[in-house]
Amino acid sequence: MNKFNWLLLMAWRDSRKSKSRLLLFISSIILGIAALVAINSFGENLKDDINGQAKELLGADVELASNKPDYQYDFIDSLDFEVSYENSFASMIFFPKNQESRLVDVRALEGDFPYYGEMESYPESAARSFRKGGPKALVDQSIMIQYDVNIGDSVRVGRQTFVIEGQLISSPSQSIAATLIAPAVYIPMDYLDDTKLIQKGSRVFYRRFYKLNNLPDDYDLDARFEKDREELRLDGISADSVEERKEDTGRTFEDLQSFLNLVAFVALLLGCVGVASAVHIYIKEKIKTVAILRCLGARGIDTFMIYLIQIAIIGLIGSVLGALLGTVIQTILPEVFADFLPVEVNLAISWKSILSGVVTGIIISILFALNPLLGVRKASPLITLRNTTEDTKAYKDPLRWLVYLGIILFVVTFAYIQIQDLADSIYFTIFIVLAFGFLALIARLAMWVVKRFFPSSWSFAWRQSLANLYRPNNQTSILIASIGLGTALITTLYFIQGLLISQVEITTDNDRPNMMLFDIQSSQKDQIAEFTRETGLPVLQQVPIVTMRLQTINSVTQKQAMADSTIEYRNFLFNREFRVSYRDSLIESEQLVKGELRKVTSPSDSVFVTIDQGFAERQHIEPGDELVWNVQGVPIKTYVGGLREIDWNRVQTNFLVLFPENVLEPAPQFHVLITRIGSTESGASYQREIVKNYPNISVIDIGLILNTVDEILGKISFVIRFMALFSIITGLLVLTGSVILSKYQRIKESILLRTIGGSKKQILTINTLEYFFLGSLASLSGILLALGGSWALAYFSFESEFVPNVLPIVGVYVAITGLTILIGLFNSRGILSRPPLEVLRSEVN
Amino acid sequence: MAQILEVKDLTKTYKSGSKELTVLSNISFEIQSGDTFSIVGPSGSGKTTLLGLCAGLDHASSGLVTLNGNSFSQMNEDQRAAVRNKYVGFVFQNFQLLPTLTALENVMVPMELRGEKNIKKSAMELLGRVGLIDRHDHYPTQLSGGEQQRISIARAFSNKPKILFADEPTGNLDEETSLKVEELLFDLNKEAGTTLALVTHDLELAGKTERIIRIKGGQAVSDTKTQNTAVNENTTSVE
Repeated sequence: MNKFNWLLLMAWRDSRKSKSRLLLFISSIILGIAALVAINSFGENLKDDINGQAKELLGADVELASNKPDYQYDFIDSLDFEVSYENSFASMIFFPKNQESRLVDVRALEGDFPYYGEMESYPESAARSFRKGGPKALVDQSIMIQYDVNIGDSVRVGRQTFVIEGQLISSPSQSIAATLIAPAVYIPMDYLDDTKLIQKGSRVFYRRFYKLNNLPDDYDLDARFEKDREELRLDGISADSVEERKEDTGRTFEDLQSFLNLVAFVALLLGCVGVASAVHIYIKEKIKTVAILRCLGARGIDTFMIYLIQIAIIGLIGSVLGALLGTVIQTILPEVFADFLPVEVNLAISWKSILSGVVTGIIISILFALNPLLGVRKASPLITLRNTTEDTKAYKDPLRWLVYLGIILFVVTFAYIQIQDLADSIYFTIFIVLAFGFLALIARLAMWVVKRFFPSSWSFAWRQSLANLYRPNNQTSILIASIGLGTALITTLYFIQGLLISQVEITTDNDRPNMMLFDIQSSQKDQIAEFTRETGLPVLQQVPIVTMRLQTINSVTQKQAMADSTIEYRNFLFNREFRVSYRDSLIESEQLVKGELRKVTSPSDSVFVTIDQGFAERQHIEPGDELVWNVQGVPIKTYVGGLREIDWNRVQTNFLVLFPENVLEPAPQFHVLITRIGSTESGASYQREIVKNYPNISVIDIGLILNTVDEILGKISFVIRFMALFSIITGLLVLTGSVILSKYQRIKESILLRTIGGSKKQILTINTLEYFFLGSLASLSGILLALGGSWALAYFSFESEFVPNVLPIVGVYVAITGLTILIGLFNSRGILSRPPLEVLRSEVN
Repeated sequence: MAQILEVKDLTKTYKSGSKELTVLSNISFEIQSGDTFSIVGPSGSGKTTLLGLCAGLDHASSGLVTLNGNSFSQMNEDQRAAVRNKYVGFVFQNFQLLPTLTALENVMVPMELRGEKNIKKSAMELLGRVGLIDRHDHYPTQLSGGEQQRISIARAFSNKPKILFADEPTGNLDEETSLKVEELLFDLNKEAGTTLALVTHDLELAGKTERIIRIKGGQAVSDTKTQNTAVNENTTSVE
């Protein structure tokens, strides 16, 4: 038999009696790899499907869009094409059947769009038939269900009533999540004018969808668009090709993929901790076997190889099982993400993901097992003669440092592969290293404190369990590291989820405004205010809005800014449409941080505007700068008189640019009115009356928006929780593994205590207390780490304040400590219920 | 007769904090091939340390140990392991069988380590010789202490060692079992012509060897030939 075969044989022989220990090792890997394979397979399939269904994503070859009705792109006009027009804007609709109204995205369509894929509707034919034969509309399915209207009922858009031809299920370029925020109602373009909703100053988005005929397949539309990009920008046109839409969609999903990858990585890292702790204790148990083999003449490398082979094979088995499980889980993911997917994701086995999962599994098995394994090389055969373990001065072994380096490199590389950002990968690794360092420190500190201030007067059980924390063969370091890191990762995930949700939550205090009326014409302003008061509702705010564009800044035009790269003013400044208000005082959501509010008292006065501080900083605008505005054809010269700090989270009308009074009054404008409704019923009747009498006015019900946000967040939370489940289950497995393995460390002491007359109760108390101390130390350290990590993430990444909720912290502490005790006691039951000799023979030898 | 073991000025010290603890001091003796000898002394006298050094399980602080012409002082742990595999057999007080291997596999391991082929037959013969052929597929936990020690003896002879080191081989056994194990050990040793080094505090057992080296406080206080030698009652003082 050659040497390798013998090593294989010994690895197999040795594993026969260690199945339960190795099973724990396998289970640590399985879930991490399963999460990785599931997420990567799903990502691969999604990528393939986005590529395969690219044309359906856009529904056309080219999409041009602008907020001006008449625009022209000579290049497209020179081609042979078919075209569809879509004018879209936000407006209220009204259902006469039940007198209900709702703000929607009205889309007036003309042409055969979509040219690729289908606009999905019920009945199927409605997506095409609503366009001809009278005023017919296609209404978003969710609103029809919500307002209990049926096909054949009517809907009023502005001044025109339409018959509902069908339910809109999905439309190209719109995900279900987007329809939740702005449900669409399609009407034929021919009837748009009859709605009387398009007036001067209305915000309308003009889209054109082109199907290009006779364009060579290899023609690079993107390159052409890129070439014309600046010209298009100047004309305020955005051009989108299939390729670009595909990339945009891909990019959007890269972020989702990055998040999911990070979750999988966390599960995998927990698995790594599980591997390291399982192997650490496993090898500790095997040291005697190694010493015997060394006595019989085995070389250090032989014994090392026996266990390396064993671990590699077990790693392979765990990885393959994990990959299989991942492939199964992958089939659930399209359901989980259904609301966020732009394309239909087909299920296919991704061999690439499976292979990379298996290889990763083997690498982590070996890499994280190497450190404890290296000690095998140095195990002294003297252990056979003396029942002592030598201090091998592990830190002096240069290979050990090489392994540490390998682990750090692996974490950085793997994090980079998963999140595609080197800086973030390095930060992530630093966090993990610091976390381990912190946990190791806590463990040492705990042992030192217990030893130094040992409570000698306490009862036997307390003293025994406390002393177990620092005695030889203690599990303090390993359990605090594994359980602590697991707790930290899971708790951080939980905190961040809360943070994300709280970021978008809008406070709904009782005195806050909760209804906004937009697009009020100047002639309607007073009537609406009066009607509001008559209904018994307060007019909390009534502000005029004038739309304008920036013409020059410090005499620099858009052309000059674009031509000269040293000029810091971005193109965006000139392209955007500003919605500006005018008043001579500040409101409660803003404060002046620089300069002053200057009034205009005579026509010869210079006009000083104030700007949002953040916006000014980002756009390099400073007090004193000269800004010339194009107010619907009329230029108005102004100067920056001051900067305002605005709290954008308030439900109020806030403005980036604020004019003084006596300047914009003659300009075309519309008004916004903000009120507060007491109950849903009064809100609905007020809204109904407004829409009935003033169809051009849009009503935004904050309560409805909050419900929608809640609904979306609910869906996001579900996805996050589903993914976090991997980490939590892996963490629990690692916890179980660590505690089960630690049982073997304490078994001899427990049996000896039993032998010399220790009662079942005493041993139970000692074990319970020991696991209570370990569980508490580990979970509290983990929670501390999570608090630190979450604070750092909140402060640096989300730029928001992190206020942790005490209840979940107590919950995590109780759960982790309770689980540690439970699992510990569950594993000790064998010691307590069986005769000592039987246990010794079966478990210790 | 050729010399199998030479121990010269052997000293072993351990560091215990800032202090240095001398466990063995300047021990010298020579053993001829085929001899049987015992190292006796009270607990803590250093006899197990001496056995460990003689068998190359540990390295000396100073002095020389030469086993079958191989000086351990210049060897690293792997080289010493190779010497052990080639020339040395062990029997331990705690049997030290590999718990995850069956009786037969335990006996085969030293031969496998030497790369020998067709070893099952000779391993079974050895198991037959110790009377445990029908227990060949049992694991150590399924065997009694006496049976485990017999497997251990079979394993010790499986690589046909030049010298067998036995550390308190009957220390964990009852009297009746001890006698059987002793008998087996000496019989096999005689058959194979192996040198036997026995560490014990059982003077009766030590008396069955040809020579007794007494250790006290880390020093060899006497080297006595027993009635079992050709020249009886020849006591020499030890340097």
